[in-house]
Amino acid sequence: MKPILAVRDLKVHFPLAGGLFMRRMGAVRAVDGVSFDIAPGETLGLVGESGCGKSTLGKAIVRLTDANAGTIHFDGRDITKLGRREMRPLRRDIQMIFQDPVESLNARHSVREILEEPLIIHGIGSAMDRRQRVDEVLERVGLQRSAAERYPFEFSGGQRQRIGIARAIILRPRLIICDEPVSALDVSVQSQVLNLLLELQRDMGLSYLFIAHDLAVVKHISDRVAVMYLGKIVELAGADAIYRRPRHAYTKALLSAIPEADPTRAKERILLEGDVPSPIDPPAGSAFGHRIAHPRYGETVGLDLSPRELEPGHWIAPDPCCVESEELARLGINGPPKAGS
Amino acid sequence: MEEPLLQVRDLITAFDTEGGLIRAVDQVSFDIARGRTLGIVGESGCGKSVTAMSLVRLLPQPAGRILQGEVRFKGRDLSRLRSDELRKVRGNEIGVIFQEPMTALNPVQRIGKQLAECFLLHKGMNRRQAWEAGVEMLRLVKIPSPELRAGDYPHQLSGGMRQRVVIAMALACRPDLVIADEPTTALDVTVQAQILDLMKRLQAELGMSVILITHDLGVIAETCDEVLVMYGGRVVERAPVREIFARPRHAYTKGLLASIPRLETPRKSLLPVIPGMVASLRDFVPGCRFCQRMAREGPTLRERPPFLEVSPGHWVEACPICHVP
Repeated sequence: MKPILAVRDLKVHFPLAGGLFMRRMGAVRAVDGVSFDIAPGETLGLVGESGCGKSTLGKAIVRLTDANAGTIHFDGRDITKLGRREMRPLRRDIQMIFQDPVESLNARHSVREILEEPLIIHGIGSAMDRRQRVDEVLERVGLQRSAAERYPFEFSGGQRQRIGIARAIILRPRLIICDEPVSALDVSVQSQVLNLLLELQRDMGLSYLFIAHDLAVVKHISDRVAVMYLGKIVELAGADAIYRRPRHAYTKALLSAIPEADPTRAKERILLEGDVPSPIDPPAGSAFGHRIAHPRYGETVGLDLSPRELEPGHWIAPDPCCVESEELARLGINGPPKAGS
Repeated sequence: MEEPLLQVRDLITAFDTEGGLIRAVDQVSFDIARGRTLGIVGESGCGKSVTAMSLVRLLPQPAGRILQGEVRFKGRDLSRLRSDELRKVRGNEIGVIFQEPMTALNPVQRIGKQLAECFLLHKGMNRRQAWEAGVEMLRLVKIPSPELRAGDYPHQLSGGMRQRVVIAMALACRPDLVIADEPTTALDVTVQAQILDLMKRLQAELGMSVILITHDLGVIAETCDEVLVMYGGRVVERAPVREIFARPRHAYTKGLLASIPRLETPRKSLLPVIPGMVASLRDFVPGCRFCQRMAREGPTLRERPPFLEVSPGHWVEACPICHVP
């Protein structure tokens, strides 16, 4: 099937200026060569620690931030370089849901005004049609029609996220970038919102890029999962496969850190030392190899670490610091030098 | 049997509002033994944080106050102490860790100085000794190059490092009890794992008790000995951690446990949900508040259900509908 979204070798770097003459000092390599596809009706989960670039990647796709290199194709069309004007019709198709719905909603507008706005911008329907569409979409997200005349502050966190979702779906988009949509919600409300997203996907054939740091939530909602570390995807595979058998050392560490809601299960934990390194002038070689001070780090400098397909649908960075030698061999990379040789 | 480190009895905490006095914590009782960890779970607005902050009287002022109840800590009733006496207990015998480290740190003071303060105040050290002791604490919480970092201001540290500093401050005086309110919620799972591991290790070394407030049932399962489930300002269930996960007895606890996606939940299946919402504090009925949420009517809403011990150490608010034997 033709992908709805195809991202190739995308880079988003922010220049850093400083010093007496605000000279260019370096760059924050927020997204540093990322490639993936999303199929129609599919959810791709995107996980990683804060600062790994996952939110920037989401923003680059909806063109809230510009890419420095690489391409973004939506439904076969290159949208990487489109200007504001040319992007406008595409905004109908690509929408975004944020973590904090309050921040993304205009507090001085009633819910009806908030939901009608995108319809007006895109010149959709008569005033009557728009009214009806707002009523329908409110019902669709599980709110009462009377909610339209109220203001965002009158609602609870879960209800506000429903309003955020209503605004995202009112134009009947095909792709929604969900940036931590349930992270700020209580567990009981979180499950309601996840269910709503699943139902909407089923009914409307939506595709999601689901960005989150809660790995159990991501596994639940995703078809495939990509793991990002310091601006790069280190592993990408089917959601069941990656959780059952992670292949990259970083994925293993990340998954082992999830606290499990089962007190009878003692978990083997890989504890990482220190913090996520800064994306400002990151290490030249394997970023994770550098963090764990791996003896083979030196070999990775200058190595192309973009993910390769280990088995159908399972992609990993061919990183000698982070991948078992048997798997490296399958990717055509030599194992560690044998003792005495 | 050894007397518990902390015994809370019939605690009622209320807030003054325009609509009158409303109870955020409504007759809560529990104990903690030495060296144990008690988890408090529940949704926002169920009274978990207010309960914990009532123990050390760190309630929002002037609206919040304790109306009734006893907080017996090492033989004294904290709720009767004068505020200057209580301040000595706080920071010395009881350490407090908040979710947002910046609220606990002074942004314009070097972290070494903030840590030293506790030793100056409570341990009678001189400045030099206190600074050294502070650096030692930074080393204990595994902050790299602690001598250097002690000279940093809070904003120079990452979120994870700041939370370590707050933990170092809370533990500096070797308290008997640590109250941690969502200590890892704002952090990445990897940093969370480091911090929980650190707290566990220090707990074993120092023999302290911990009250851990969190909405993360995974964190509860991995760190707590006993769990309080709160709903509507009350404890609806209390049991040892294994028991609460294996045999939840209250409908609210069951709903909470069922609603979290787990790694073994079939992907993309609809999750069970708890219908409705927590009522607003001022609208709470005197009877079973979970029945109120489920929009039930009848006698269970009128009278507060008894809190019964259904098996050794397992207590449930025994509403005839919500308590499932």
